[in-house]
Amino acid sequence: MKELDDFRTATRIWLEANCPKSMCQPVKDPFDVYWGGRNAVFHTEDQKVWFEKMLEKRWVVPYWDKKYGGGGLTPEENNILTQEMTRLGCRKPLYSFGISMLGPALLKFATEEQKLHYLPQIVEGKIWWCQGYSEPNAGSDLASLQTKAIDKGDHFEITGSKVWTSYADKADWIFCLVRTDFEASKHTGISFVLINMATEGVSTRPIKLISGKSPFCETFFDGVKVPKENLIGTLNEGWNIAKFLLTHERQMIGGIGETDVRKEVHQVALENLPINAQGSIADGVLRGQISDFEMDEEIFDLTIQRITDEAKTGNNSGALSSFFKFYGTELNIARQELLMALSGTEALIWEKNNKSDGDLARKFCRSKGNSIEGGTSEIQLNIISKLILGLPNK
Amino acid sequence: MALLITEEQKMLKDAAAEFLAAKAPVSAMRALRDEGYKTFNPNLWEEMIAMGWTALTVPERYGGLDFGFVGLGQILEETGKHLSKSPLLSSVLLGTSALKLSDNDALKAKFFPGVMEGSIQLTLALEEGKHHQINSFETQAVKVGDDYVLNGVKTMVMEGTTASHFVVVSVLASEISLFLVDKKSEGISISESILMDAGTYAEIAFEKVKVSAQNKLNLQQDGKLMLDQLMAIAYSGLASELLGIGQQAFDSTIQYLKERSQFGVVIGSYQALQHRAAILFSELELCKSIVLKALKAIDEKDNNAMRYAHLAKAKLGKTVKQVTNEAIQMHGGIGVTDDANIGFYLKRARVVQQLFGDYHYHLDQLAILKGF
Repeated sequence: MKELDDFRTATRIWLEANCPKSMCQPVKDPFDVYWGGRNAVFHTEDQKVWFEKMLEKRWVVPYWDKKYGGGGLTPEENNILTQEMTRLGCRKPLYSFGISMLGPALLKFATEEQKLHYLPQIVEGKIWWCQGYSEPNAGSDLASLQTKAIDKGDHFEITGSKVWTSYADKADWIFCLVRTDFEASKHTGISFVLINMATEGVSTRPIKLISGKSPFCETFFDGVKVPKENLIGTLNEGWNIAKFLLTHERQMIGGIGETDVRKEVHQVALENLPINAQGSIADGVLRGQISDFEMDEEIFDLTIQRITDEAKTGNNSGALSSFFKFYGTELNIARQELLMALSGTEALIWEKNNKSDGDLARKFCRSKGNSIEGGTSEIQLNIISKLILGLPNK
Repeated sequence: MALLITEEQKMLKDAAAEFLAAKAPVSAMRALRDEGYKTFNPNLWEEMIAMGWTALTVPERYGGLDFGFVGLGQILEETGKHLSKSPLLSSVLLGTSALKLSDNDALKAKFFPGVMEGSIQLTLALEEGKHHQINSFETQAVKVGDDYVLNGVKTMVMEGTTASHFVVVSVLASEISLFLVDKKSEGISISESILMDAGTYAEIAFEKVKVSAQNKLNLQQDGKLMLDQLMAIAYSGLASELLGIGQQAFDSTIQYLKERSQFGVVIGSYQALQHRAAILFSELELCKSIVLKALKAIDEKDNNAMRYAHLAKAKLGKTVKQVTNEAIQMHGGIGVTDDANIGFYLKRARVVQQLFGDYHYHLDQLAILKGF
């Protein structure tokens, strides 16, 4: 315990000394953070300082093995680091689907050679990764995907299209599910490959969402040549990787591991609503709804903690990520609904003079996607009822 | 601190589960009801005492086990699963905790032995109206000579008819004060009601009841503060029982969904029911977390113990109402018959969620606590 206390103290001192003030402020929009990549852009000097300090400290991915560029921290040490970063409000130095999604899949399924090749590049932010999963005709029914990879000896030739690929127009590489066996049942003919977006035949087109902004794109593959060494795991067994990765994605969307600080809804309410003589929010209905929402929000956080603690003792079901995804996204949607109500007509503003105007309405619109992306709430409920509750198929 | 129960607490929980399944299943509760609403089985209570459950939260220096409220919560959760009837709530959770919180050491030394061996059975006389509140009371204590005289009427006293002593919450010189009152004192009259859970609850009238100064529970300490601490324990303990009720009602319902066939398939294969079941599962996951957090907060003397207690009683009150309502609906026609046990869970849940404040009360208190 003494060692951990010392680690906490040292971590706190280091973070306070090295995290620039502006990197302790809440993230305003997706481009207010550093994404890395071949054409890496630091939007502010502080972003650069913060990333470089954390890279030097090996805390960009503190919990990966040192040989892969990580910091080699134990789970306990990593928890402390996360807690201390949350306490200070420190941003993540690098936003990366390589860290949150591809990395865990490589650690579990890739060859040692592939790990040593790709993981350090992820840590150093050299590659901006995007994810090629959904297709126009394979949404909730992801396993019916049709993007073809034909065996051409030393390479695959890939043809098809992906949709909802976040930042495909900015990303350098894509990790992609493709069909490699056309005879097999739909779950058994899928493979997991890595594709360089600069390869001939790859093109992208942005998708505009109801929020007006969007990181999403459609991605097209027209006879794209992909070397066979870019296959991860076993041929035709990519669905296992897909499922594993979806677990990580769901936890991410559900809010686990987030260090960004949320403003309490009742604080926003006190700033925006009439207050009665007792100092309470005068609108009793809204007051009750806020109290109910904050009840669930606080208890959901405790539930993440409890289940994480249980997982450390070996009691965990992967299907619980469906619970996190379902509950976490529904909570965020409820939060956005409440914030809209609290700000009244002001919340309706879409564009005005200030850069931040339109934030509420756009976040509200964007939140509607939360219960759809990464598997809809209905898909999560299907998974819970089948894998956890053991309810049968018809 | 990890949000987990320890190995020792797990062993206590497993032992309680095994004991209650064998000795106090739902059929035992049904039998007590059918035999003229008997309150509890004295032999069962003797066995609980023999297992040390009455000594569980008593401090070691009074000969107790000092095992803490996470431990007691595990037992209460198991009693919730079986709807086992006993004075655990009235005497152990409420009465013993009041004595434990007291700064009257002489009184503690005098009463704890009897409480632990079972010759003394305590309960709490708190409520005076239809709705839970702890701000003002009509029951008055007046100092007369060296002693006190109590006047007032208390309602919804759990096991008020079988308890030997009452912890009475009163107002003394416009401040809250708690007294330990012998049921045999002159001036006490008791009338009983049976509630929908087939439990016995008493209305107790105190008319010029003399109480020795030695029986005052709060000597130097603030009675209001003591009552607040007692309530954090009460809310968390009741939430523990609700958790057991909710989990068992849910598990029984899932089992039923896998057995009952209509249109040639088991009804659990219908997505309309699967999704509702999955939502209930999710809500119960939240319930587990807040109950454990609330219990731990008491044991760890966390400054936020009261907030966690409100959260626990609010969340469990809301969710277990929802779970038991859905349990009845998913059981269909059989669910509304007295032959099926699921109705007992609906009825017990209704009582426990209402006692000591329902979901609305605790949400309101949370808002007040946070200043909005």
